[in-house]
Amino acid sequence: MTFKKTLLASVIGATLTGTALLPSIASAETLRIGYSADPETLDIHEQLSGGMLRFSHLAFDPLVRWTKDFEFEPRLATEWEQVDETTMRMTLREGVTFHSGNEFTADDVVWTIERLKRSPDYRAIFEPVESAQAIDDTTIEIKTSEPYPLLLNLATYIFPMDSAFYSGETEDGDDKGEIEKSGDSYASRNVSGTGPFIITDRRQGVRVEFERFEDYWDTETEGNVSRIELTPISENASRVAALLSGDVDFIDAVPPNDLERVREADDVNLVEVDGTRIIGFQMNEERVEAFQDARVRQAVDLAINQEGIADRLMRGFANPAGQFSPEGYSGHNPDLTPRYDVERANELMAEAGYEDGFAIDMIAPNNRYVNDAQIAQAVANMLARINIDVSLRTMPLAQYWPEYDTRESDMAMIGWHADTEDTANFFQYLSFCIDEETGAGQYNYGSYCNEEIDQLVTEADSETDLEKRNEMLREAEAMLYEDVGYITLHWQNLAYAAAEEVEIEPVVNALDFPYLGDLVIDR
Amino acid sequence: MIAFLVKRLMHAVLVMFVISLLAFAIQDNLGDPIQQMVGQSVPESEREELRERFGLNDPFLVQYTRFAKNALQGDFGYSYFYREPALDVIARHLPATLELVFASTFIIVLFSVPIGVYSAIKPRSPISRFFMGISIIGISIPVFLTAIVLIQIFSIGLTITFFPEGTAWGSWLNSFFSTQGNMPSFGRGGGTVEMFGYWETNFASWNGLRNIVLPAVSLASIMLPLFIRLIRAEMMEVLQSDYVKYARAKGISMRRVYFVHALKNTMLPVITVGGVQIGTMVAYTILTETVFQWPGMGLMFLDAINRADIPLIITYLMIVGVIFVITNTLVDLIYGLVNPTVKLTGKPA
Repeated sequence: MTFKKTLLASVIGATLTGTALLPSIASAETLRIGYSADPETLDIHEQLSGGMLRFSHLAFDPLVRWTKDFEFEPRLATEWEQVDETTMRMTLREGVTFHSGNEFTADDVVWTIERLKRSPDYRAIFEPVESAQAIDDTTIEIKTSEPYPLLLNLATYIFPMDSAFYSGETEDGDDKGEIEKSGDSYASRNVSGTGPFIITDRRQGVRVEFERFEDYWDTETEGNVSRIELTPISENASRVAALLSGDVDFIDAVPPNDLERVREADDVNLVEVDGTRIIGFQMNEERVEAFQDARVRQAVDLAINQEGIADRLMRGFANPAGQFSPEGYSGHNPDLTPRYDVERANELMAEAGYEDGFAIDMIAPNNRYVNDAQIAQAVANMLARINIDVSLRTMPLAQYWPEYDTRESDMAMIGWHADTEDTANFFQYLSFCIDEETGAGQYNYGSYCNEEIDQLVTEADSETDLEKRNEMLREAEAMLYEDVGYITLHWQNLAYAAAEEVEIEPVVNALDFPYLGDLVIDR
Repeated sequence: MIAFLVKRLMHAVLVMFVISLLAFAIQDNLGDPIQQMVGQSVPESEREELRERFGLNDPFLVQYTRFAKNALQGDFGYSYFYREPALDVIARHLPATLELVFASTFIIVLFSVPIGVYSAIKPRSPISRFFMGISIIGISIPVFLTAIVLIQIFSIGLTITFFPEGTAWGSWLNSFFSTQGNMPSFGRGGGTVEMFGYWETNFASWNGLRNIVLPAVSLASIMLPLFIRLIRAEMMEVLQSDYVKYARAKGISMRRVYFVHALKNTMLPVITVGGVQIGTMVAYTILTETVFQWPGMGLMFLDAINRADIPLIITYLMIVGVIFVITNTLVDLIYGLVNPTVKLTGKPA
């Protein structure tokens, strides 16, 4: 059956199977995973998505990675120091080899950063990085065009690729390093990283199989998974059933309706993690004049019972939010909590001259966020109490975004996860004054605009004194809270479940990429 | 015969043409494929560039002509998600679906004929009434619910504590109704065997068979009752006809009357309906395959819709159209064999 095998299996596989089949770890364990999706491609720079980042953490290693508490943990970079305002010097780990057998050096990191700057999905995020330079085999210097405090956050996205493996031409004369969206590029079918696992077989949409990389540098880890079989099971009920019946050992995205059932099942552990994705609404000021009045926006916010939605509709599977930043983020301001008060809301509506209310239409997706359509329905009902008459339309994801882009409704739901795991990102995409040139406010559905806040966040983004920067971002959160530029509802949680002997608790995190290289199975 | 097949071939081409035209006309409502390809934070300028590259900005006629030109040469475009020609993707998923449909058809034939015939011969017996009652329930329960219930009972297992545990009969009943549940809950399993270097089959190993049982049963659950009732109704009608009465009067054994004279004539309409229903079953596989994560065309199609993978959606619809034409042609051929009075050329007889 040659056609189903990836080229990778034949190229790298041929050189490595001999060793890969005999993992050095004492107790070899197979992990059967049922994820809601499998990686879209094998080229980690082709698409920025949760599924791709999960895959990146299996077959590759980042320079640094996030811990559960949002600290940086050294991976391929062991030390880093700020040389001057715009330069950071990083020391790289020695004795690391790629799956192909090539040795990992500073040149690979430089090559990878340059490739990231060519990737349509990463280009914007890596905009601040001006250049990267190899000082010697284990030292690199990364220069930014302006002082930039989030370089380490970016380093979590730098998964060094094997530059020798991805250089040169394929038989058809294509560049091996080319990034091609939804195309049949070399990098989308062949992998050589430094990560704990090697892909041995891949049938897209059906199954991906991994073997542990024999020469993996991290010999200190207690992780003992020697084989992974990943099956994408997109149907929620089926995924849960697969775990309960013992056909898989580990699943992600346990749906809220099944949490109780999974929690009470024998031999199965449920792990909930506080998420960082903010769910909320945007009010279209272009279409509804009333929304230009801060008092009306405040009234809308006051009329919505965030606690109630989190408690009852989400069954505790969310943390009610009064700001963008979840706990752990630099700009999280503990003073800003939801302020449900219908009476005050009605007063504000009257003050603004809208005691008789008005009618709006609202759009929301019905298969993107947890319970999205039901949440929108609940919000619509809550707004009726301040005489805002909502006609709600919900639609599947594939139709929702094109509809969202037209900005032809009065209120729209959107969830946002900051790619940089940092507060400023929320503002830049969701609440900045729209600027087509710079791309600011790309998802500012309501055309909300508060230049004071924008300026504060922009200044914070070039402030390298992190204490000072955090203070500025907390201030920005407070200003947005007062002005209600975005209606925050909650941060939706993540839920994983696994068979009892699979100890997932230490390896899952709010970022939604489990570090399976460190996973211990105790059978 | 040849004229008939040529005519049907032209039907198939016409069907594909109409479907492709319709699918193209609605593609803007299927969603934005670019949205699925890029991260949320990718700027609009990048998206526009991609849209241009995939030719999504061209007017309808330009896009359609380009597609039709390639399609005539057997190139139905590239699936955005699989990064492969759409036809290859479908060809790879086809065997799983065909095996599932085959297994279900087997179950349907195996059960519907004896049950249907029995309940026609003895319409008032309690067993007949029981089957008729069950079949009403079978028709009314949606296929995905059947599937979930089957998974709960046979894969996860069911622990019944309804009866008092202390008594001997209670615990016996409890364990009698409880199920172990060790049937596989999803996928084709590791038990597939390769044939001809291309086709993977579930029928060649015990493990493979275990994997196909639950999906096949739940797919059959919607059609089986229909066929039981159809066979029963046809059989009862035939049993009223003059030639059956005459045969009985002549003293031919009842067994021969039922199974040779009556059954043959019962099967004529059943074959017609059956052929059409097998085509419909391909459509029902979408639900069954989704619940069981069965890697066939149905699951692939649903995923394609969620991802707005337009080339794959269009190709799938065209292929399914062709499958319908083929099954109908086969039905007509078989009908001609069973009932020689039917002429196939389509000319007035």
